[in-house]
Amino acid sequence: MAFNLNAFANPKRFMWLSGLLLPWVAGITAICTIAGLYFALFNSPTDYQQGETVRIMYVHVPAATMSIAIYVSMAIASAMGLIWKHPLSDLAAKCMSPIGAVFTLIALFTGSLWGKPMWGTWWVWDARLTSELLLLFLFMGHMALLNAFDDPSRGTKSAGILCIVGVINVPIIKFSVDWWNTLHQPASLMKEGGPSIHPDMLIPLALMWFCFLGYFTLLLFIRMRSEIIASKVRALRLRQVHG
Amino acid sequence: MKRKTRRLYMVLVGLCALGAVATIVLAALEDDIVFFFSPTEIMEKQDIRTDQRIRIGGLVEADSVKKAADGVTNLFTVTDLAHSIKVEYKGILPDLFREGQGVVTEGYFKGKTLIADEVLAKHDENYMPPEVADALKKSGKWKEGEPLTEALKNGHVPDADKAKDY
Repeated sequence: MAFNLNAFANPKRFMWLSGLLLPWVAGITAICTIAGLYFALFNSPTDYQQGETVRIMYVHVPAATMSIAIYVSMAIASAMGLIWKHPLSDLAAKCMSPIGAVFTLIALFTGSLWGKPMWGTWWVWDARLTSELLLLFLFMGHMALLNAFDDPSRGTKSAGILCIVGVINVPIIKFSVDWWNTLHQPASLMKEGGPSIHPDMLIPLALMWFCFLGYFTLLLFIRMRSEIIASKVRALRLRQVHG
Repeated sequence: MKRKTRRLYMVLVGLCALGAVATIVLAALEDDIVFFFSPTEIMEKQDIRTDQRIRIGGLVEADSVKKAADGVTNLFTVTDLAHSIKVEYKGILPDLFREGQGVVTEGYFKGKTLIADEVLAKHDENYMPPEVADALKKSGKWKEGEPLTEALKNGHVPDADKAKDY
């Protein structure tokens, strides 16, 4: 295992591999976005209870799943940075948190827009909504802590610890609707016995999910590549000044 | 022990300890985390004061929705199929409010009746086109409020495309 991890921890190899993958990821994302939006907005059925409002699901659900997925990836990257001191995994965690924060914000915002017509309220303090709001604060805390120290490596360490501690919130978000009664309905997708969504709605949802995943990967690659290039430029300048 | 291994164990032990703490705290706070009480839980509570805001949740009982004589107060019963509680609500009901629908309602108790100032509708985890819902109900494979998973898995999914253009 250590062999594989070390191979990817090399910034040069990352630049090569991500440069190779970038156009493919961009292409797949574009296709999934166009197809997903077409099916979600124009060519999918209305819901038996919610009517047209169900279309909010095609943005809300992928954004919410991505917010959790990004947080878990960030925690894994932080843990690898803390334990094995791979600079690239620290960089990945740093680049992930603003993207994750925006996905969380989208999930909260679209959920609020969906809640008003369906439930009759923009916001309630039930377990699911509150824990997802906590996730937003964790992302923001991670960003703040990263930049709170003059010495960046101290910021990386404290932000990494915060991120790992916050991972406790992930199962709480996921299972909040099963452990406590909430206004939010129970899981439709990842639950015992399989999804309870009609295939005609499940396919556009899956396309939108791939669109969000692809977009995240694209942003992450671009952010990490520009950070690596920026640090190279910094090193060159320093050498010019002192050389 | 190498330093890397020690750090790995530190993270793992820390996470386990945190998980245990979180579990204990959440279990202790259960009464505060639940969003609403069911009618049965309300019946079990002896000491509900009249100045205590209470949220109850359940299904709107069939044939219980009425308008009071003043024309604006809605009267209905919330039930969890074991016990039921009468609710009075003055205001506009949400679109999803129907008999048999899950609702959450909040207010103060006056005697045995909840005088609600908020009624929220719940919806379930099933998503499907209306034609499919009708067909499933007609064939008796599925009833509203039941999990849809079994009906979908058994292949009783009528094609929505054939039924209607969206």
